[in-house]
Amino acid sequence: MAKTIRSKAKAKNGMVDVKVLMKHPMETGLRKDKDGNQIPPHFIQSVTATAGDAVVFSAEFNTSVSKDPYLAFAYAGEKGSALTIAWSDNTGATDSADVKVK
Amino acid sequence: MDRRSVLRAISGAVVAAIALPRMAWASWSESAMKANESTAAMNELFGTAENVASAEVKLKAPEIAENGAVVPLEVSTSLPAEQIAIFIDKNPSPLAMTATFGAGAAGLVKTRVRMGETSNVVAVVKSGGKLYSASQEVKVTIGGCGG
Repeated sequence: MAKTIRSKAKAKNGMVDVKVLMKHPMETGLRKDKDGNQIPPHFIQSVTATAGDAVVFSAEFNTSVSKDPYLAFAYAGEKGSALTIAWSDNTGATDSADVKVK
Repeated sequence: MDRRSVLRAISGAVVAAIALPRMAWASWSESAMKANESTAAMNELFGTAENVASAEVKLKAPEIAENGAVVPLEVSTSLPAEQIAIFIDKNPSPLAMTATFGAGAAGLVKTRVRMGETSNVVAVVKSGGKLYSASQEVKVTIGGCGG
């Protein structure tokens, strides 16, 4: 899978601010193509952020989340620690990225 | 077709068959996500739709969204939150997203959503087994669905 996750994590006063952009069509299943055929739904369903061994944040998306989803959150952590962000969509596709906390 | 490509095709299909059912719909709150009405979605997600409006839940949303395809939303709370859910009342499936917080996570989430038409946006925070909410109407001039 091509790189679909762009993320920045910045530590400040013991909290890590994380911003994530995921490249994904987020097709709702309600749209039709030029010939009037229904475009099947294709969207990210879950996003998980893991720091060390613990899941610090997770999200479930519905089709109303915009194309190329943006997500921001924060958790208690230190500079230099490791963070992994992963998503999976309704077709079973997944991607994950390791982010260095700056 | 030679022997090698046949084998490759078979092994590919087997891998797909094993991997797909397990990955697809994994832990996704399907019944809540597919509910077509906010109260029903809330019931499916939290087991109750009873919530109190709270000043400790902050929903930041534009008053007028020029482009319904990308409406920036921010929900934050000073309550010790377990979960945040965002409902857009007039969308075909009102429950837009949920965020679940692990240990040490701040009660904060920012994202961008689609809105089909002008609607009330409700942010619900689950804290200590109770639901607290904040809501705001967002006017949409160009819808984000179908387009």
